[in-house]
Amino acid sequence: MSCCAPGAEFPLTQADRSGEEILLASRTVRDGVRQTDLSVPEMHCGGCLRKVEAALGKLSNVRQARANLSSRRVTVLWSGDEAPPLLATLDALGYRAHLYDYDADSKDPTLSHLLRALAVAAFASSNIMLLSVSIWSGAESGTRDLFHWLSALIALPTLLYSGQVFFVSAWRSLRHGRTNMDVPISIGVALTFGLSLYETAQHGHYAYFDAAVSLLFFLLIGRTLDHMMRRRAQQAVHGLAKLSPHGALIERSDGTKTYLPLNEIEPGMTILLAARERVPVDARVASGSSTIDRSLVSGESAPEQAVEGTDLQAGTLNLTRPLRIVATAMAKDSFLAEMVRMMEAAENGRSSYRRIADRAARLYAPVVHATALLSFAGWMMATGDAHRAITVAIAVLIITCPCALGLAVPMVHVVAARRLFDKGIMIRDGSALERLAGVDTVIFDKTGTLTTGEAGLVTARDADDHARRVAGRIAVHSRHPYARALALAADSGVAFDSMSELAGLGLEARAGPVVYRLGRSDWAIADASSTRDETEAVVLSANGRRVAGFRIDERLRPGTHEAFSALSELGLRVAILSGDNATRVHDVAAGLGVTYVAGARPADKLRYIDEIKASGTCVLMVGDGLNDAPALAAADVSMAPATAADIGRNAADLVFLREGLDAVPRAIEISRRANALVRQNFGLAIAYNLVAIPVAVLGHVTPLVAAIAMSLSSVLVVANALRLDYAVQTGKQNAGFAGDRSPSRLLGTGSRQ
Amino acid sequence: MIDFFFLVPIAIGLGLVGLASFMWTLKNGQYDDLEGAAQRILFEGHDGPDCGDS
Repeated sequence: MSCCAPGAEFPLTQADRSGEEILLASRTVRDGVRQTDLSVPEMHCGGCLRKVEAALGKLSNVRQARANLSSRRVTVLWSGDEAPPLLATLDALGYRAHLYDYDADSKDPTLSHLLRALAVAAFASSNIMLLSVSIWSGAESGTRDLFHWLSALIALPTLLYSGQVFFVSAWRSLRHGRTNMDVPISIGVALTFGLSLYETAQHGHYAYFDAAVSLLFFLLIGRTLDHMMRRRAQQAVHGLAKLSPHGALIERSDGTKTYLPLNEIEPGMTILLAARERVPVDARVASGSSTIDRSLVSGESAPEQAVEGTDLQAGTLNLTRPLRIVATAMAKDSFLAEMVRMMEAAENGRSSYRRIADRAARLYAPVVHATALLSFAGWMMATGDAHRAITVAIAVLIITCPCALGLAVPMVHVVAARRLFDKGIMIRDGSALERLAGVDTVIFDKTGTLTTGEAGLVTARDADDHARRVAGRIAVHSRHPYARALALAADSGVAFDSMSELAGLGLEARAGPVVYRLGRSDWAIADASSTRDETEAVVLSANGRRVAGFRIDERLRPGTHEAFSALSELGLRVAILSGDNATRVHDVAAGLGVTYVAGARPADKLRYIDEIKASGTCVLMVGDGLNDAPALAAADVSMAPATAADIGRNAADLVFLREGLDAVPRAIEISRRANALVRQNFGLAIAYNLVAIPVAVLGHVTPLVAAIAMSLSSVLVVANALRLDYAVQTGKQNAGFAGDRSPSRLLGTGSRQ
Repeated sequence: MIDFFFLVPIAIGLGLVGLASFMWTLKNGQYDDLEGAAQRILFEGHDGPDCGDS
């Protein structure tokens, strides 16, 4: 049961979704039957799975509910015009669910194509290998010819089907005047098959069908693993709560209310915005007053007051009370869209990173092809036997075919991604891992990244226990974040006769003759002459006289101090780049002992990153807000918490799902080890070639030698990649991160066990 | 030797059967939720693979 209890908290819930949004996000499967996909990140075990399926299946118009434990998703088929209360039902069970965009990555044609190609190659290589073994053990010439023909018969369709993956990619890169690893692979495989076919027709001794097909098999393993790793990370990131709404409730001039999708909202429309909802498009408040959390948009941690006439940016969160707002821009002209445009511009400006494997391929292909050509020329001159010379040249191509190279990088990346996944870190692709290893500067956003985004720590000035209790009791009645922080200290035993909340000012409570006020100091304290402290966020007064003041600090993410010392141990420069005001940033930065830039707007952040990059350093940006998105895209590599804004999360190369900030040094550590292993693997592959090429050039390669050499080098490289598991485990003991095994962490969303 | 050649097509045929059944399981969505499948055997009820309503 314990594993069914939702552990990690996403602070921004969307439990109060209306049925209209489900309807909007669903798609029609066939007549009258609609499908809705939900992401349920807290579904951890078989018990959860049954509970979810049973509860949803019992709803009246649900046809079928099928949960997927691997991707933490539920597919619901339902009929009728009204959406069943799916989210409310799951919420009642204790699972937070949110709508999942089905189109995002539902069917992955590439993966199934790769798997099919892999299966065909596996079948072909095992069967051809069986035939080859009997040839190697000395079959008579008649049998040998028959087996060669059989092998050719199996190999041809395999090459056409499984080889496509490489041929298409090689052709595409050649057409653009570039070369990648697939070019030498394609040339090698095609020539090998051609030569073997010729040999078979000439009743020759040696045919290399087994080499050609098992090469495809090994390389497809690497390719498939690489793809699966990316897909898993994508799925996990897509599964997180969507923070921008699908639409909004519109009030028409005749008083009717309709739920409209985001891109149909036009300027001038009146939107009804409930408490705990995000502003869908840029808008102005028409009536009502509330508190607005802008942390995800501008990085300002202090909530702001919104009254009639206040302009709201899309993406800000309405905290306390419902508002009636008038849209001032279309969704495509909103703040969000502007950030997307800046992000795209930043991405285009980023010099495209060349992966290690591609860099190796650029050197590799010319060297190998030149060697083959030279050995052909050499044998031609020495013996004048064209057939012999061609055979040797192709043997060189076979033996040097980058079988080990094709596995060297993806194997390490897959193992590293798995380790990161176990730590609750998603990585987008292998190139991010390579870039992360080269990082020498880490830049953090403050609000929401270093801090949890919720006001947490209450420091009381001159407040005794009684004052604290009174303040707590009053604060229970408000949803303002400061009040919530204070309410943690609430205690029974204090009773009030009446209670009222004055928007923008605070709470007023009566207990007999005493009028308590809890809120802004200039409102709570009637006596103008009494001392005021600017750092006090909330003041408690009785009959206009000051009783106590409270300072409310942001709470740092757990493990922040440890993470910062680990980062400096790794030799990295650390800085804070925040949109919040200087005082607040200074407090946090001073506590951590790092430099900071405060009050930075999105464009400033972008410029700052570009300046650092121009000085030749490699930057990791860690941020969560909409305002960070352009900076995330501009940095060499970027990381975002799971609570980040949608576009920030999509821009980031890595997403960490757990609350602790120790994910950052740990990811860098793993990436560095992975990079070391990749280099070792290349070293092994080069060493192998140094031994194998002379043997091939001298004409000693038989199909048996080729098969043994290729398999051996692949096994060696894979075994070396698996060492990462071991290396990281022992490394972790040395580094000694505290608190990793706490129960809440193990139950966290990112945890797999 | 030649007497045993009838084994060759049988061997390849068996391989093809294996390949075909793998393709079938792939198409049938049996690898979509490996974790869930491992858990489902512990519960009663209809536990067949999701036969493609979706």
